[in-house]
Amino acid sequence: MPFIEIKNISKSFDDFVVLDDISLNIQETENMVLFGRSGTGKSVLLKCIVRLLEPDKGEIFIEGKNVLELNLKKLNEVRKQIGFLFQSAALYDSMSVRENLEFPLIRNFNFTPAERERKVKDVLEKVSLEDSIDKRPSELSGGMKKRIGLARTIITEPKLILYDEPTTGLDPITSKEISQLIMELQKDLHTTSIIVTHDLICAKIIASRAVVLKDGKIRYEGNIEDLTSTNDPFLKDFFSDEVVDSYNGRN
Amino acid sequence: MGYNSKINNAASIAEKRLSEFFQTIAGLSLFSIDFFKNVIFPPYEFAEIKKHMDELGVKTLPIVSVTGFIIGLVLTMQSQPVMARFGAESFLPGMVALSVVRELGPVITALIFAGRVSSGIGAELGSMRVTEQIDAMEVSAINPFKFLVVTRVLACTLILPMLTIYVIFLAIIGGFLAIFLSQGINFELYVNAVVNSLQFTDIIPGIAKTFVFGYIVGIVGAYKGYYTENGTVGVGKASTSSVVIASLLILLVDMVLVKITVLLWSN
Repeated sequence: MPFIEIKNISKSFDDFVVLDDISLNIQETENMVLFGRSGTGKSVLLKCIVRLLEPDKGEIFIEGKNVLELNLKKLNEVRKQIGFLFQSAALYDSMSVRENLEFPLIRNFNFTPAERERKVKDVLEKVSLEDSIDKRPSELSGGMKKRIGLARTIITEPKLILYDEPTTGLDPITSKEISQLIMELQKDLHTTSIIVTHDLICAKIIASRAVVLKDGKIRYEGNIEDLTSTNDPFLKDFFSDEVVDSYNGRN
Repeated sequence: MGYNSKINNAASIAEKRLSEFFQTIAGLSLFSIDFFKNVIFPPYEFAEIKKHMDELGVKTLPIVSVTGFIIGLVLTMQSQPVMARFGAESFLPGMVALSVVRELGPVITALIFAGRVSSGIGAELGSMRVTEQIDAMEVSAINPFKFLVVTRVLACTLILPMLTIYVIFLAIIGGFLAIFLSQGINFELYVNAVVNSLQFTDIIPGIAKTFVFGYIVGIVGAYKGYYTENGTVGVGKASTSSVVIASLLILLVDMVLVKITVLLWSN
């Protein structure tokens, strides 16, 4: 049984069809990268999986449970097994790094203060930001925010992690570091991951499989090497050196 | 442009604004239902409520202090010549106390509170919405409505009556200063006149309605912020419209509450 099973999902905003009858399976411990031009529904698909957005039709199963039919209480039980790294990291501005990390632990688990402290220190060590424990998000750089966001995502030891453009807005070196960090964490925690990205370097480091969305449909599904060496005109254009270099340069 | 097209244009703008206003009222009603559903069931966020009460109280204290004192002072200075014309200067402390306790204190404190706090809540929750912090909470299986909205609305509802009592006290002090400077009245005499002029039916409705005003300030700011769209532009709009709607609702609800008070305690 696949870890995530997406069946015939469609989602429109007014008359604009973003996802058009998408079906996709993701196996346990797989790292699937989702490519596509801006506005093709990659982030929408991630948000549908955790029901931040409700699809117009279709079904999404996580470990056999149809998340679209669960009531809020049961949905939250499933959500506790999921980590979500937002594009902007979405750190809580009003809290320090420590409070950001402790927040899901205090609300959803029964750890003692000592256990929480140990977990906070462990994840900060993993992302190499032990010194930032008492800083506010406003005092952190973009790369540091992403790292803390990642630390907050993994502190609950989720089975599934959804990454929404984890390297966007970062310089190429930090971007590569974040990608390697994601890969190391995946190896440590044996998580299943879906990574939305435009960053081919990041994808090459992380991906065990790639999917490309175009016009609301899956245009390609396979491994990353085949994807970048295909003769399909759209994919060739999408992964051309010029486009990739210009993206990385802009990043 | 002819008069007809100008009138049509103005009419369509007015219709759009009116429709937006009623949409907001409908949205606020549904939001309020969610609030009452969430406020009843645990977990109860007492620490968060206390934190917000501290923040809101401290944030608003300087401006309401100045306002309260000046209301009493100016009201007395303006009324004194008129009262003197009718030979009713001895009623001045009572008149100031009644005006401040029944109407001016609650309404002006609520309007200042709306300007300071409703916009702040709108902007804070709005920026949390556009930076996906609210989504992050939701996806972590934490109820953002309970944590962000319920705590702020309850804090506003509880802190405004306290601020109002404080403002009333300062306004009465301001009134004393004005009379003292012009007539050299004794403080004990002034306090006696104030206390004798006030009845239970003056104090309770005046303070009770500030719970409603506090709720309005909190719920409007939270509603506008929680459903912010269109990035930072949306945050600005949420902040501004929170103040406008909250102030308007305070005045409308005050009118209704005054009527109810008069009906209940007219005898």
